Amino acid sequence: MNQEKAELLRFTTAGSVDDGKSTLIGRLLFDAKAIFEDQLEAIRLTSERRGGDEVDLSLLTDGLKAEREQGITIDVAYRYFSTPKRKFIIADTPGHIQYTRNMVTGASTANVALVLVDARHGVIEQTKRHAFLASLLQIPHLVVCINKMDLVDYKEDVYNNIKAEFEKFSFKLDVKDVHFIPISALKGDNIVDRSQNMPWFEGSTLLYYLENVHIGSDHNFIDARFPIQHVIRPNTDEFHDYRGYAGRVAGGIWKKGDLVTLLPSGFQSKIAKIDSMDGELEEAYPPLSVTLLLEDDLDLSRGEMIVRENNQPNVEQDIELMICWFSEKPMQLNGKYTLFHTTREARCVIKEIRYKLNINTLHRDQEDLKIGMNDIGRISIRTTKPLFYDSYRKNRITGSVILIDEGTNATVAAGMII
Amino acid sequence: MEQFNYRLDYLRELESESIFIIREVAAQFENPVILFSGGKDSILVTHLARKAFYPAKIPFPLLHIDTGHNFEETLTYRDEMVARLGVRLKIASVQELIDTGELTEENGFNATRNYLQTPVLLKAIEDGKYDVALGGARRDEEKARAKERFFSHRDEFGQWDPKNQRPELWNLFNGKKRPGEHFRVFPISNWTELDVWMYLAVEKIPLPSLYFSHTRSVFERDGMLLANHPSILRRENEVPFDEIIRFRTIGDITCTGAVRSPATSLDDIIEEVATSRTTERGGRADDKRAETAMEDRKKQGYF
Repeated sequence: MNQEKAELLRFTTAGSVDDGKSTLIGRLLFDAKAIFEDQLEAIRLTSERRGGDEVDLSLLTDGLKAEREQGITIDVAYRYFSTPKRKFIIADTPGHIQYTRNMVTGASTANVALVLVDARHGVIEQTKRHAFLASLLQIPHLVVCINKMDLVDYKEDVYNNIKAEFEKFSFKLDVKDVHFIPISALKGDNIVDRSQNMPWFEGSTLLYYLENVHIGSDHNFIDARFPIQHVIRPNTDEFHDYRGYAGRVAGGIWKKGDLVTLLPSGFQSKIAKIDSMDGELEEAYPPLSVTLLLEDDLDLSRGEMIVRENNQPNVEQDIELMICWFSEKPMQLNGKYTLFHTTREARCVIKEIRYKLNINTLHRDQEDLKIGMNDIGRISIRTTKPLFYDSYRKNRITGSVILIDEGTNATVAAGMII
Repeated sequence: MEQFNYRLDYLRELESESIFIIREVAAQFENPVILFSGGKDSILVTHLARKAFYPAKIPFPLLHIDTGHNFEETLTYRDEMVARLGVRLKIASVQELIDTGELTEENGFNATRNYLQTPVLLKAIEDGKYDVALGGARRDEEKARAKERFFSHRDEFGQWDPKNQRPELWNLFNGKKRPGEHFRVFPISNWTELDVWMYLAVEKIPLPSLYFSHTRSVFERDGMLLANHPSILRRENEVPFDEIIRFRTIGDITCTGAVRSPATSLDDIIEEVATSRTTERGGRADDKRAETAMEDRKKQGYF
């Protein structure tokens, strides 16, 4: 078995209660043999007790008591399966309550978004919302799964119409790579095995797509960014003068001897060594966690950033953001919040709410500027100290922030820097 | 165009993610502790913590919640490891609280001290003034754990509120809390059982002998094999016999089931886990008590 060489792919699923999302995931897990006998036995018993004829695969993903009682999904649930080619992490997000908040959470780290469309209903408002959020969060690849094809007699024109309808809408969005697959999650058509019922479809099955989509370019390998997370000082005889800057590479490729610039000081130095417990590394690149040692004896600390002289991020206190609000308490204009950006913590004030976005129509509302739970808007903030940032489009790590309520400590917003 | 070849295989990516989480704990909290059970998951967390701070020592102590019903092999392993790494070990004893009358022990054939671990853990966290406890729970273990965060907030009673968790986005983890509250942090959330075994093999990490095939006196109860040990009361018809077994998880003796297995090496175990048709917790009596047993325990402050 050569599985340890396999890559990791994270994907998110979006769909409403009735789109068959849980069934699709259950099907993927089942067909990829990631469901165990004791789990299957447990859901078989539950299905029976509720009077169902078939094993309800959605019971696999609905974990909490309240969810199983009400037959709904409350929170993002993570699922795992692997094939000889890849290991998969699914962020399964619910389609209704606090929908935006959960989808944004699941989408923030995803390589691929699956959007489910019910073949009987076609592109509905919710489909557009899902696609928009996937583009807002810059998920690199989007797969539109046209589900329940068995209920429309596997007709090619149904598929073609939905595809055309979706494209009419999606050309306005910032998505680079869109795929369409006609499926039946319930019957297993085009999930793992090619459908015998849709010989007209020449594309790949869903699993084949997930195993082969090119994700090698999903990280930014160009713009070198290293936020300092933690300073390692062993204070032992053996490592008396050791001062290592630990962190996770946020962008670029790093090598020993590279000339670097330090922010905010602007000082320059050279990389003396890229260190790890397994020995010195030749190179470091995203998303590796490593320790950098510099040639000069500088006193850097958490929240500072190592970059290159000829390729620096923006260094600003006035920042423009798209924001997704998570709290029942609406955003306060002129309100102050704690802000996390890379490993840097600051405070900020909401200076201006520019517009609220209607995520169904993409209309920019400049009249009603109340940003409440699950709303998306564009705002400008001022921070207590400069942030070293890139636009979110350029780098999802150095372009993202969260806001924290200073009274409750709750995470109240996710922000994407423009 | 030049093809990038900067791809991490998935075990290195999981490792990097876990190291990031552990370093984040060191940066955001005052007084962390690693929950150490002697099982493979807490051994992995400890190993990753070494990597996170190398060449410095792990800057946190280990905390063992000792039910008093331990396998001898677990304690031997624990003490050797602590000596090797030069870390501090704290032990919180269930027996002590039973002796002082603060806890009451279950009686009878299915008696277990598993539930008594929760109050002992919460008391140890309070007494040690720990503001975060790192644990080896994984999301693939159990359905309630599939919804757990990396940074899991606990109120002043140590309780978990699954409906009011903080959203976690990108690499940004919010560890802000009020006095008296604490966090549980789960650095290996995204690892599966198979990932853990593969990584332990790749990294050549020594493990307690219990995980490998050996001959042991066991008896059968409700389709499970339990160790024949003074801590477990046997019924008259539960006759012990010798069997070649190993353990897939290591917990309190009273609720850890053995599996018949000839696996004597990590490679054998990986082969066995990869082709296994039951989950590792399928052998845990504590999860079988009710459909939502894990969720209920977690809400009260269990690991």
